Amino acid sequence: MNDAIRKVVMPKWGLSMTSGKITEWIVAEGEEVSDGDDLAEIDTDKIAGTLESADAGVLRRVVADVNEDVPVGATIALIAPADVPDSEIEEAARLAREELESGAVEEAAGPVTGTVTVDGRSLAYATLGDGAEVVVLVHGYGGDKNSWLFVQEPLADGRTVHALDLPGHGESAKDVGDGSLDTLAGAVLGFLEQRGIERAHLVGHSLGGAVVTAAAVADPARVASLTLVAPAGVGPDVNAEYLRGFAEATSRRELKPHLGALFADPAQVTRQLADDLMKYKRLDGVDKALRTLLGTLLDGDAPALDVVPLLAKAELPVTVVWGSDDAVLPVSNARSLPDPDAVHVVEGAGHMVHMEKPNALVAVVSEKRR
Amino acid sequence: MARTISYREALNEALAQEMERDESVIVLGEDNAGGAGSPGEDDAWGGVLGVTKGLYHRFPGRVLDTPISESAFVGAAIGAATRGLRPVAELMFIDFMGVCFDQIFNQAAKFRYMFGGKAETPVVIRTMYGAGLRAAAQHSQALYPIFTHIPGLKVVVPSSPYEAKGLMIQSIRDSDPVIFCEHKAMYDTTGDVPEDSYTIPFGEANVVRDGDDVTVVAIGRMVSVAEEAARELSTSGIEVEIIDPRTTSPLDEETILESVENTGRLVVVDEATPRCNLATDISALVAKEAFGSLRAPIEMVTAPHTPVPFSDALEDLYIPDAQRVANAVKSVAGWTR
Repeated sequence: MNDAIRKVVMPKWGLSMTSGKITEWIVAEGEEVSDGDDLAEIDTDKIAGTLESADAGVLRRVVADVNEDVPVGATIALIAPADVPDSEIEEAARLAREELESGAVEEAAGPVTGTVTVDGRSLAYATLGDGAEVVVLVHGYGGDKNSWLFVQEPLADGRTVHALDLPGHGESAKDVGDGSLDTLAGAVLGFLEQRGIERAHLVGHSLGGAVVTAAAVADPARVASLTLVAPAGVGPDVNAEYLRGFAEATSRRELKPHLGALFADPAQVTRQLADDLMKYKRLDGVDKALRTLLGTLLDGDAPALDVVPLLAKAELPVTVVWGSDDAVLPVSNARSLPDPDAVHVVEGAGHMVHMEKPNALVAVVSEKRR
Repeated sequence: MARTISYREALNEALAQEMERDESVIVLGEDNAGGAGSPGEDDAWGGVLGVTKGLYHRFPGRVLDTPISESAFVGAAIGAATRGLRPVAELMFIDFMGVCFDQIFNQAAKFRYMFGGKAETPVVIRTMYGAGLRAAAQHSQALYPIFTHIPGLKVVVPSSPYEAKGLMIQSIRDSDPVIFCEHKAMYDTTGDVPEDSYTIPFGEANVVRDGDDVTVVAIGRMVSVAEEAARELSTSGIEVEIIDPRTTSPLDEETILESVENTGRLVVVDEATPRCNLATDISALVAKEAFGSLRAPIEMVTAPHTPVPFSDALEDLYIPDAQRVANAVKSVAGWTR
C-alpha cells in the first residue's frame, strides 16, 4: 500500500475494550483534517468518546459505517493527501473492508499490566508507550487505572505512560493501612522506585491529586511536574453526601443515583459503569478500604485534607485542570490555590474531566511537556 | 486481576479461597476424594465432573469421600453445620435429592425457626441440574423450584462464571442452608472472573441487559439463551431488558417489578417443567403487583410437562432455546387487544 495512505484504526481505550461503534463521523469524506482534529464519536461498552486524527490530509474514505461493531485495531477510515489516485484509495479500502468482514483483525497492542510490591502490598499498573519521558497517572477515590482509558493512549505518543492502582483500588492489595496521604504517596514513590523510574511527571485526579502532591513534597527529585485534575485537599468545599453514598452503597440500586455527581452529562452514568463499580465494591477488603479512606477525605461534612501548604512548598511546575460543572469538588475550590489564575477550567466537564473531556486534559499535559 | 476462566474453575477457586480463609469449611461428597492414589492418578477425581479437583491434596483431611448414600452424607453435613463447621456437600445430581429430602426440608430448613432463632445451619448443598448432556430422565431435571418452595432454604442458580464464584463465596459465608444449583452444561463456559475473593449478595437481581420494550426474566443457563435471543431481536428493533434473579429464594421482586413498570411486557424463561415453577411464580407476582403496567399478556417459555427425553432429537426440543424466546418476545411486543 502507498505509504501516503494512513489508516485510521479503532482505538483501544482501556484493557477491557475489544470493539467499538462509531456513532457519528464528524469529518465527511473529502474533507481536510489536521493532526488532532476530532474525527468521529465512538461508543464503547463503557463510555462514549471522541477519536482524534493522528494524521493530516484528506479523509479519503470511510471504511466502517455508523453503528457497525468494529474490533479494536481494525481500519475505520483512510487519510491521504489529495494527490493519491482514487484507484489506490479504492484498493486500500477494499482490502480494509475485506479484513474487517473476515474478522482477521490483529488487535492493537493494549496496555501491558504488571505488579510491584511496596510496603508488603501488591500494586497493579498498566503501561502504554515506551518514550524516555515518563508520566504516571493516579486515580481518585473509588477509581482505578482504567479510568484513564481515554487519555492514556494519546499521552503515550512518544512517552511511557503508567496508570497505577492505589492501595485499596482496582487490582492492587485492598489493605490501605492507616489510609493516610503519606501511606498513599509512599505507594506512588515506591512504584517509581521499584520500576527504576528516576523522574516522572505525575498526574493525579481528585484524591490522586492530593496523593501526587504529597509524593512531590516527600521526594522532589523524583517528580518532574504535577498535573492536578480536580484535586482533593484544595479549598473549603466537598460533596460529603456523594463520598459517603459511594462508600456505603451495597447494591447497584443504591449506588447509581450517587454516580450522577461525577459527570456534567448524566447520560455518562451507564449500566456498565455502575456494574463495574459494584464488581469492585464486592471484592473482599474494599468496603474497609473505602471506609478508611473516607476518614482521610472527610472531617464531618468538611474536607479533612489541605494540600495548599504543600503546593506552596513544592518547587516544580504545577498545572491544575478543573471541570466547570464539578459536583464533587467544585471549581470554586480553585480560588484557594497559590496561583488561582493558572487553573485550566474545562467547560462542560464534571468531576471526571479525564473521562468526559479527555482531549482537554491531553492537551494540557502535552502542552506542558513540550 | 480478572482473567477468563470456566464456570467449573470459578467454583473450584471459590471453594479453595474459602477453605484457605476459614478452617471450618470442609467439602464432602461422592468421589470428591475418590481416585486419589489409584494407578496413574495422582489427584482425586474431584466429584463426577471435577469441580473439586485439586482440593484433596491442598486441604488434607478436609475433603471427604462419602458412601453412595445421599441421606447419610447430606444429613452428616447438616449435622456438622449445626456444630460449627461450614460443610459444602456435593449432591451429585439434583435428581437424587428425593432420597435426602427429609434432611433438607424437614431438618436443615426448620432448625432456625424451631429453635427460636438460636440454631444456625451454615451448610451449602452443591448440586447439578439441567438437560443437555444426554443423561436421560433421572439425571437431567431442573428441580430448583422444589427447593424454592420451602421456607428456610436459600436457593442459588448462577448464570455465569463471575456469578458462580461470587455466589459460592456468599453461600459459604451465609449462616443458613443454601441449595447451590449448577447447570451441568455450563461447566466449560468461560467468562471474566477476578482473582480476588468477592461476594454477590442474595436477593439482588442482575440486570444483564437494558431495554425498554420487553422484560425477560431468565433463570440460570436460560440467561445466556435470553441474551442470544436479545441480540437477534435488537436487529429487528426490539430491545429486551434481561433480568437474572441470581437467587430464586430470596427473590428480588423489586427489580422485576420496576422493569415491567417500564416495559409493560414480560416473558419468563425457565428450564423447569411448567407447573409451579419460577415462570408461573414470577408471572403471578407481576400479574398481582404490576397489573396496571402490563400492556400484553405474560408469556412463559419453559420445558414441556414431561420427563426429560433420552432421544437426542427430543431432548433438544425439550430445552427452551433462543428461537422460542424470540418468538415469545415478538408475540408480546406485537400484541394488540
